[in-house]
Amino acid sequence: MENEKSSPFGDQHGAFGVQSSGDTSGFGGVVKVAPTFGSSQRPFGSYFDDLADDLERAFSDFRYGIEKIVVDRGELTIHVAAKYLVAVATTLRDNLKFEFCLGVSGVHYPDDHGRELHAVYPLLSMTNNQRVRLEVSVPDANPHIPSLVDIYPGNNWHERETFDMFGIIFDGHPALTRILMPDDWQGHPQRKDYPLGGIPVEYKGATTPAPSERRSYR
Amino acid sequence: MSQSNLYNDYASSRETTEGRIYDVTGSDWDSLVNEIGASKEERVVVNMGPQHPSTHGVLRIILELEGETVKEARAGIGYLHTGIEKTTEFRTWTQGVTLVTRMDYLAPIFNETAYCLAVEKLLNITDQIPEKASVIRVMMMEFNRISSHMVALGTGALELGALSPMIFAFREREKVLDIFEMFTGLRMNMAFVRPGGVAQDVPEGGIEKVRETVKYLRKNFKDNADLLIGNSIWVARTKGIGYLDLAGCTALGITGPVLRSTGLPWDLRKTQPYCGYENYDFDVVTTDSADVYGRFLVRMNELEQSLRIIEQCADKLEKLSGAPVMVEDKKIAWPAQLSVGADGMGNSLDHIREIMGTSMESLIHHFKLVTEGFRAPAGQAYAAVESPRGETGVHVVSDGGTKPYRVHFREPSFNNLQSVAAMCEGSMIADIIAAIASIDPVMGGVDR
Repeated sequence: MENEKSSPFGDQHGAFGVQSSGDTSGFGGVVKVAPTFGSSQRPFGSYFDDLADDLERAFSDFRYGIEKIVVDRGELTIHVAAKYLVAVATTLRDNLKFEFCLGVSGVHYPDDHGRELHAVYPLLSMTNNQRVRLEVSVPDANPHIPSLVDIYPGNNWHERETFDMFGIIFDGHPALTRILMPDDWQGHPQRKDYPLGGIPVEYKGATTPAPSERRSYR
Repeated sequence: MSQSNLYNDYASSRETTEGRIYDVTGSDWDSLVNEIGASKEERVVVNMGPQHPSTHGVLRIILELEGETVKEARAGIGYLHTGIEKTTEFRTWTQGVTLVTRMDYLAPIFNETAYCLAVEKLLNITDQIPEKASVIRVMMMEFNRISSHMVALGTGALELGALSPMIFAFREREKVLDIFEMFTGLRMNMAFVRPGGVAQDVPEGGIEKVRETVKYLRKNFKDNADLLIGNSIWVARTKGIGYLDLAGCTALGITGPVLRSTGLPWDLRKTQPYCGYENYDFDVVTTDSADVYGRFLVRMNELEQSLRIIEQCADKLEKLSGAPVMVEDKKIAWPAQLSVGADGMGNSLDHIREIMGTSMESLIHHFKLVTEGFRAPAGQAYAAVESPRGETGVHVVSDGGTKPYRVHFREPSFNNLQSVAAMCEGSMIADIIAAIASIDPVMGGVDR
């Protein structure tokens, strides 16, 4: 487990998102340092301590496979190394009764160097009425995460969506194709480097840029 | 050859690398059957949709048939993808409500509430939401559950050839939409639930109107019940059809009425209460037949439970007259004081008078909050509500800015639609319609 604090976000300069126009506000020199996150310290509170203990007992590679355990806002997030994801999910399903997986949500952190793409799996135990979140991060250069379809068949479409939107490749998925975008689409739209699109709107001689190109607060 | 020429104007055919393809547009089935009967292929691939009226919007089902038996069924989606999740990343937290309400357009209040619960978790203000705001949220959600179930029942029956239930169901739904219009100014996509509370207080005469509507609905729900429950044709079309047991539901991540039709009383309102659902007296409806008829009964009986909750909401609201409906924190409570005027919802005249006439600080504050918005502390949160179709889960990530870093909706329709193959393969082609109707997918939610 890592104890160092790190941030998936980058530092932000200036008060406004888009820098194209001259910033006369006087806030151009503002630097907002990225917030950092680290492993939470025990006791975690709620059922989280027992859950972490049970997982440590049942999962032999706990030391290598679990990167961080974060308790924030009453929710438990277990950061898992991609290599161990299937083993952790199997343990959670078979030994800790997390029989339900609510899909996967991708997040793109371009400033989290070496781990730009995150996949977030909310799990639910109906037997024990508990929730836990698994988070896996992989580098953009090698975006491979093992598929959970064998363990949670309902993740089939969710993984296809995350592939479609972020370009994360789920190894072992039975048919990893695009699901929402057309089959011949180029690029992965939910990534931060993918433009929102939209066209400038002309109004009485002046032009309003597309929403993603407008100066806006951060 | 001469025979196929005779029908060329109808089911035209062409040779492709995939085999012979027929274009069928309706009323030309006879010619198609004649053509196919002559070919030696036993399996026929039929593309149903995406413009088929009984596929609930733009859903495409690819069927492999042997005679009238479905050997393989695959769903094709994405025809209504509008990139709402991406768009939220370029708007403030509050503006996000206006976007997410358009996802599952039959359950807008649920989208809004789930999103707001997640944002409130990010802001760490879950405990500060005023009681009255939660009561109004619960009441609106239950009304929305009724209107959504009415569409599910009405269109479901319509697709199986029963016209009258649809007429009655839409009549009842209209009454619910009247309530929405009175409370929010809009019939759908209201953007009524906001981070921190709800957009406005109960309008004058609102509670009386609610009581009147509950009375009306309770009396009129009987019409549909009398038409369908025990109706031998309806039973023949739905009983034992689209079977999916508890193990299947768990594996496929199915929630909502489909899960409850297997006998498992899993309802987030009871198991993981939010918005104060633990303070209401109601039952979780289940059946154990795990088929289309069972799901129909679950929805039918949930209507009465929703009415029970609404009555309790009305009682609570009477006692809470004059209580706030937004968090106290003026840095979050956006926008200030709305009211329904003759032309819909807008800023109340009192508020306009204050910011334009008496207080420059109020004007600055209003301007900053509306254009810049509030900042949510960095981190992530997941919130879930029991929508009419199952668990609507929202995963939000904030980098500490005024806009979401990522919003992801775990839409129950999207997930549940995966079960089409499990429910339909091996059944007759006509049963597919019944099975899909029992899943009740809304394509706006599926594709987002």
